[in-house]
This record gives sequence, C-alpha cells and structure tokens, in this order.
Amino acid sequence: MTTVSKSVALAARKSALQMTHASKAAHIGSSLSMIDILSVIATGTTLAKDGELGEELIISKGHAAAGAYAVLAHTGYIPLELIESYSADGALLGGHVTSTHVSAINLSTGSLGHGLPFSVGRALAKKRMGIQGQSFTLLSDGECDEGSNWEAALLASHLKLNNLSAVIDRNFLQSLRSTEETVQLEPLAEKWLAFNWDVAVVNGHSHEDLYQAIFRKSEKPMMTIANTVKGYGVSFMENSVDWHYKSPSSEELSKAINELDTFL
Amino acid sequence: MRNAFIDELTMLAESDEKIFLVVGDLGYGVIENFERRFPKQFLNAGVAEQNMMGMAAGLASAGYKVFVYSIGNFPVFRCLEQIRNDICYQELNVSIVSVGAGLSYGSLGYSHHAIDDIGVMKALPGMTIYSPADPIETRLALTSSISLKTPRYFRLGKSGEPNIFENTPSNFPNWTRLANGNQLLVLTTGAIAIETIEASKSLSSEGIEIAIYSIPVLKPFDLDVTLIEQYQNILIVEEHSVSGGLGSIISEEIAKNGIKKNISVMGLPDFVHHELGSQKYLRKHFEIDSEGISNRVRQILSS
Repeated sequence: MTTVSKSVALAARKSALQMTHASKAAHIGSSLSMIDILSVIATGTTLAKDGELGEELIISKGHAAAGAYAVLAHTGYIPLELIESYSADGALLGGHVTSTHVSAINLSTGSLGHGLPFSVGRALAKKRMGIQGQSFTLLSDGECDEGSNWEAALLASHLKLNNLSAVIDRNFLQSLRSTEETVQLEPLAEKWLAFNWDVAVVNGHSHEDLYQAIFRKSEKPMMTIANTVKGYGVSFMENSVDWHYKSPSSEELSKAINELDTFL
Repeated sequence: MRNAFIDELTMLAESDEKIFLVVGDLGYGVIENFERRFPKQFLNAGVAEQNMMGMAAGLASAGYKVFVYSIGNFPVFRCLEQIRNDICYQELNVSIVSVGAGLSYGSLGYSHHAIDDIGVMKALPGMTIYSPADPIETRLALTSSISLKTPRYFRLGKSGEPNIFENTPSNFPNWTRLANGNQLLVLTTGAIAIETIEASKSLSSEGIEIAIYSIPVLKPFDLDVTLIEQYQNILIVEEHSVSGGLGSIISEEIAKNGIKKNISVMGLPDFVHHELGSQKYLRKHFEIDSEGISNRVRQILSS
C-alpha cells in the first residue's frame, strides 16, 4: 500500500515544484508539508466524486492547492494536463482548492477554518442517512487559531461523529513565524483530547504511520496530528517561512528535483 | 410570522425527508413540534453560528434542504463568511431564517436590532431574499421557494404580527397592492407594512389618497416600471437602515431605468443608536410609525 503512496508523493512533490515555478505561485512549503498525508488518503481508499456521500475528501488548508492537485493528478482523480496550467491566466485550477473542477474535492476553500464545520455536516448527513464512509479532512496547524474549528470540535464529539477523520498538518510554521511564537497551540493533542476526540500523534512523513492513524477506527471523531516539516524534501525550503510565499526559480527547481531524486 | 414559518415547514417535512432544520439554540416554544416529529431531520447546533452555517453547507451538499433558524443578526453577521464561502460559493440549498426583523427585539438592545441585514444579504451572489409582510405571506414565501436549490434568506418578524392579507395574495412574488390612491406611491417591505396601511387610512380621512405596495422579494429584484411611471412622488418605508435596504434598492433600480422621480426614504438612521423599547415605541421614536409616515406624506405633498 505505502509503496504506491510513496511513489505518488514523490511525483506530486516534483509536480508541485514545477507548478509553483511555472506560475510563480506561493505556498510550495505548505504543499510539500502535506503531500505525504494526502497521498496516503488518496491511495488508501477510493474517494467519492461529485459530492456523493462516502469516503470523501475535504481540504481545509486550501492554500496547499499545488500539493493537493499534484497528488490528485498522480492518483487519477484529475487529468495530469489540468495541473499544467495551474494558476495561469484563465486556468481552471488556482491557488486555493476548488470543488468546481475537481470532483474529489467537496468544498472550495481558501479562507481558513471552513473545512471542519463543513465536514461535520457531511459526517452528520451520512449518520442520519445510514451511509458508510469517512470524511477525511485536512487542516493546517496555523488554522487551529480559528474559533470555528473549536466550535466544530465540540459538536463533532457531542454527535459522536466517528465517521470524521481529521488530520492536522503540524509543521509548526504559519505565515510569519512559528505557531508557538504566534499563538501558542501546544499542548495541541491534549486540546483535542479535552474536546473528547480520539487523538493520534504521528510522523507526518511516514506513510506507514499515517496509514495506520488516518484509517483507524474509533467510537469518537478522530484527529491525527501529523508532525511534518514545512517544505519537506527540499533542504533549502525546509522549516522556512520564506517558502510560504516564494516560488522556485529555474535553478532552484532543478536543485530541488535533484534533491528529491537523491534523498526520497 | 415565526410560528407560521415553522408550521408550514413542519407540514412540508411530512412529505419531504430531505428537509433539515438546524437551530442555533433558539426557537423556544416554536421549534419543539418539528423536533418531536422529525428528530432525524433536526439539530440544535448550539451557540456556535460559524460552525452551524458551515455544517449547514455540509448537510446541503449531502442532499438536504437545510433551514437554519436563529434570531436577528446571529445567522447573518457572525457567520457571514460561512454564508459567502460555504453556501453561496458552493451554490447550496440552504435557507437562512432570521426571526426578529427590524426592531422586533427592540428592548434587547442594538445587538438585537436586525436593521442592516438586507444590505449585507443583497451583496451576496445568488442569494434570494424574502421579506414577507405578514404570516400569510410568510407561508407563501416558504412554499414558493421550496423548489429552489440555491441560497435563500428569510427576513421574518417575531410573533403576533397581524394578517394584512385577508386572502392569500395570488400574485406572489409580485408586488402586492395594500391601498389604492393616485397622489403618492408608498413602497414597503416586511411587517412594517401595517404602519403604512394605518397611515393611509388616516390620510384618506383628510382626502389624501395614497397607493401602497408591499414587496415580498428583495433579490432578485423586479422593478414594476409601469407602476412607478404613474407617480411623481415615491415614498419608501422600511424597518431597516436607510443605507442598503429597500430605499437603496429602489433608488438604484429607478436610476438604472433612467426614470426621474421624487424619492423619499423612511427607515432607521445610518448611525448607531442607543434607544431601547418595544417595537411600537421605537417605530414612533424613529418616526416610521403610522403617524410619522402620515406626516411625511403630508410634507411631501405640500412641498
């Protein structure tokens, strides 16, 4: 299982770098951070399409669009040629994920703190209708600043929505500084535990760990805190706020791809 | 009006298992029957409007016809981005039901005065805005909207509003004539229509005959050009800020149609106020009660 997801992740990293290079788009650091998580989800199950209920994907950290689209393209959910025009003039796919042209994405996002409440609605609908399937929801750690997430956290556990499996891409960096310097999130796992969620903390770049955690079963809604490195896989992008904004030059692109081929 | 709405919704739910009522911990004495009869189509989302509206979008995307019920400004302002991004952006079947339009909750203070909501809701793309004048029109607004699949906003009064229409207005959602006269045209929306009717009765005894039309749908908006053309003086009466409400809508539409008219707008002032009191008291204070309207009509006609 993880052999496939790892090859998807490697291909997606290269594509995301290429996409942000070509379009001079931002958020490559966030994309490299979450690509392993999404590769595990997208290869670990068959995602429902066109809003159908079932095993479904909600990407709350919509700014990691390059990474998300790259993974979905390399897993056959969107045509590969669609990502070539990423963020170009008149493109179908831009800097925040859309459900309009991507059948496996259930909510167009861009503003943070929207994915989890929406997923609560989807998960509740499935409970009421007696439909199986998990609502996989990917959040950033910085977005845990948003109060809407904690409103959703309260209600999800109250409703025992164990068909909700959320993942926080815990790279410890937000827009300007580290999450802990900005608005301290730690102890983060304890917060979700206190909200009566089932919490797992894993290495967010270990596909084996991610697979075990994301697809686990519980009586409660599940939160996987995936400890990641922003910019993962490209040494000069790792743990750097700069790459929340910058796009790689031609030279940086070839250096980055070289590193990926060597180390991952 | 709130009871009429929920009664009608309960009737519709009898034959429609896709109707889902979400309440924001409000609706005491109003929603219990629905909850008892359709527990699988009901949820109290608690005091958490952002999550409530985002969740409503999730429910709607799953195929439910979602009605989000709360009072006054709560289902509008606290969760405005959820309405814009999660509901309008995704073009989802969510109806926002705001109870306590205008000064219905007058004594509860400015936080509870729903007097800016039309302006905000009108700015949202694809939003249909219903502003019924009485319980009968409230039922009509709901039943006529049920086949829509797009976002809706229902601006409802609280309770105890009298029925203005003796019979069901047959021409909904068109403008409904409440009085006939040739000296001035009053355009109004929502429960304050009753004040314009009272004004017309008192003016009529002085020999002043005014026409009154109630406008139950504010977006999309169809200007009745033929009617407008018949009057030189147009007075708009609304229980909403004069900024962004019916007055703004009519003025804009008239300008767009290249029509020149003498337009006056009576509503709430475009500044923060600290007045408290019953709806009756506050309407009088802000001179949008029947007496204030009569005075304004006399003033317009004498100038």
